[in-house]
Amino acid sequence: MWQSLVGSRSRPVINWVERGAVRKFAEAIGDLNPLYLDEEVAKKSRYRRLIAPPTFPQTFDYGTIEGLRLPESGLIHGEQRFDYVRPLFVGEEIHCYRVFQDMYEKKGSRGRLTFLVFSRVGEDRKGETLFKTRDVIIVTETVLKEWTE
Amino acid sequence: MTTKAPVWKAGEELPSITLPPVTRLDLIKYAGASGDFNPIHTIDEAAARAGLPGVIAHGMLTMAVMGRLFSPYFGHGFIQRFQTRFTGMVFVGDVLTVGGRVQGVEASDRGDLYSFDVFARNQKGETVASGRVEFLVCRD
Repeated sequence: MWQSLVGSRSRPVINWVERGAVRKFAEAIGDLNPLYLDEEVAKKSRYRRLIAPPTFPQTFDYGTIEGLRLPESGLIHGEQRFDYVRPLFVGEEIHCYRVFQDMYEKKGSRGRLTFLVFSRVGEDRKGETLFKTRDVIIVTETVLKEWTE
Repeated sequence: MTTKAPVWKAGEELPSITLPPVTRLDLIKYAGASGDFNPIHTIDEAAARAGLPGVIAHGMLTMAVMGRLFSPYFGHGFIQRFQTRFTGMVFVGDVLTVGGRVQGVEASDRGDLYSFDVFARNQKGETVASGRVEFLVCRD
């Protein structure tokens, strides 16, 4: 059901690294680094401006892949990877999209597991990659059955 | 924040961080800040329907907390790669400890690239997430 969609991607969505969103995120993860929050400190830093926490790309909108439907509940987040070219800067514009990269099955102790692999990408205005993710989502046999019935 | 650029030796451990017990409010805050409103993280009935004994923390919150290990060094470099496998669930009331250990270092034209093994464990000593971080200490 998903195999035919491997390779498809969403249309890019423009996101901004908003200062208030960075503050809220930093507070939620308990990481009150002045480089995220204090403009005076950030001005004297290597980047001379505020940066965002490493997992902040989690907050962006990456658009939807046309035709791709997933169970609304019961999905397991198995693995996550981020690759960065540099930290993200507060105030910058980032063009984000997602790619459905791969799908495979494995036999687990509680039945067949389906692995869905996505990559989310953030680019600057010129189309240069700023970060890339690899997201592995696991669908158990039980969840899959309930959903397809 | 550290004032001097960090220099680590293979096998060296980063200062670990132990968090206060996870509260439902922590999860509500992270849901709001991240935009992940999957109800198994905040609403008991949704967790029960998914066969869970209670709401579970977002895996990405645990990952973000592991990222805090490196936050004191962001004045000198940045995380170039951050990879995590989620191996266990985190429930309200759990006490997480995150830590990391230097695996090695490679010199590159941009600076010194350190690799770390990182983990998050609960109060029972069970690993709930583990992974790898590559941290680039930039050359000035």
